[in-house]
Amino acid sequence: MAMLEVENLDAWYGASHVVHHLSFSVEPGEIVALVGRNGAGKTSTLRAVMGLMPKATGSVRFEGKSLLPLGAHERFRLGLGYVPEERRIVSGLTVRENLQLGLVAAGRTDERAAIDEIAKSFPRLKERLGQQGTTMSGGEQQMLAIARAIISRPKMVLLDEPSEGIMPVLVEEMGVLFRRLRDQGTTLLLVEQNVEWALKLASRAIIIDQGELVHASSAAALLADKDIQDRYCAV
Amino acid sequence: MDFELIVMQLFSGLALGAILVMVALGLTIVFGMLGIVNFAHGALFMVGAYAGLWIASLTGSFWWALLVAPIAIGILGMGIERFLVRPLYGRSPDDPLLLTFGLGYVLVESVRITFGTDGIPFSAPEALQGVVDLGIGYFPVYRLFVMAVVALVLLLLWLALEKTRFGLIVRAGARDPLIMKVLGVDVGRLWLLVFGLGVGLTALGGVLAAPMRSVSPEMGTLVLAEAFVVTVIGGMGSLLGAVVAGLLVGVAISMTALFAPEMATIVMFSLMALILLARPQGLFGRPGLGA
Repeated sequence: MAMLEVENLDAWYGASHVVHHLSFSVEPGEIVALVGRNGAGKTSTLRAVMGLMPKATGSVRFEGKSLLPLGAHERFRLGLGYVPEERRIVSGLTVRENLQLGLVAAGRTDERAAIDEIAKSFPRLKERLGQQGTTMSGGEQQMLAIARAIISRPKMVLLDEPSEGIMPVLVEEMGVLFRRLRDQGTTLLLVEQNVEWALKLASRAIIIDQGELVHASSAAALLADKDIQDRYCAV
Repeated sequence: MDFELIVMQLFSGLALGAILVMVALGLTIVFGMLGIVNFAHGALFMVGAYAGLWIASLTGSFWWALLVAPIAIGILGMGIERFLVRPLYGRSPDDPLLLTFGLGYVLVESVRITFGTDGIPFSAPEALQGVVDLGIGYFPVYRLFVMAVVALVLLLLWLALEKTRFGLIVRAGARDPLIMKVLGVDVGRLWLLVFGLGVGLTALGGVLAAPMRSVSPEMGTLVLAEAFVVTVIGGMGSLLGAVVAGLLVGVAISMTALFAPEMATIVMFSLMALILLARPQGLFGRPGLGA
């Protein structure tokens, strides 16, 4: 059984119909790249899966359970993590407090151990636990947003443009982290503008254009097919 | 005019300010976290005083009134949030404003019908009556008690917000409800509790204020205006601002009453105008909040 099954998903912002009859699935333990041009509907798709769109219809199932009737907080409790495009580090809170936010609803009582454990994967954060989260660099904030999403050990993480505006060295670090997460059994659905990087990480790729699925293949096949990349992913 | 009189008047101002702090805290918590300007807040202050009066008459104990009335009115506040305010989230900010404005009228008229229009005296317990010698003059024991209760509530509130997991969620939820949703927090339930807390605080203010003035259906009207001034001076949504501005306004009113009684009512508005000219976001407000 697929971990995530999306069938005939439609989503709207007010009167604007941004996702059209979208169907795809994600298997347990794989990384799937969701790519396409700016405004293609990638972020809206992730938001619809996470329960953040004002209106969405069709079917979204996570481990067989229907998600659409559930609120975002209930989807989190089923094991879905989400890293939004804007990072959304909470101002006025330290790095440690931002990490604690990832644990409050997860029911883990070993808070200190969980933060120590996550800090091993994010040494830059470990040095800054007492610092205000929003005073860190963009790359460090992105790392914090990812750490906050995975500290509760979700089964699947939805990542929206994690490499955007990040120094190349940090992007490489992020790639290593995502592979390690996959190897540990975490499933990743990765929305990216950095197509080449995403395709090197992923096992499968989906292209969305104007809210519709226009291509699905192995990531390696898409990486080799420059024509399709140019047609649907070129800026 | 002697020094002792001025100091006593200063203490009176702090006691008045302590009541304003309670009311303004409730107002600013609800605004800061839910973005709602609660125009029924003054009426809920008055309902708190009447609830205290009623419980005291039933039990014969001021202490029961002080404990139970804020909790009961806080629960009423949660009901208001759940059934009246919540359906208006995501709509125009005018909608909850108009709703609470109308609700205030409903509450005042309901109390008028139930308890009559005349003011009803509410005595402080014997242990809190009389005056105490502060070394520089005599000061009412009850007013010192009010200041102590407010200080205790502020301490508990600070501890709850800064040192507990619930406080962390509330602080984060106030700044970014979306991220709290995707981290598994039921934000709707959080707002229910926050609204109840805000209403409970103003009800506590009502019970505390009752022995200092007679309990009447109109007692919330002036308090609402004063609490709005305090909230604006302190900065909309700022808890520290509500505390500092509440005490500032209380002292300003009290001292003006000593030197120029006819100016006592307008001094707080003048203070507000001056502070807004210098800092449009208020003393501790964040720029742009509430715009």
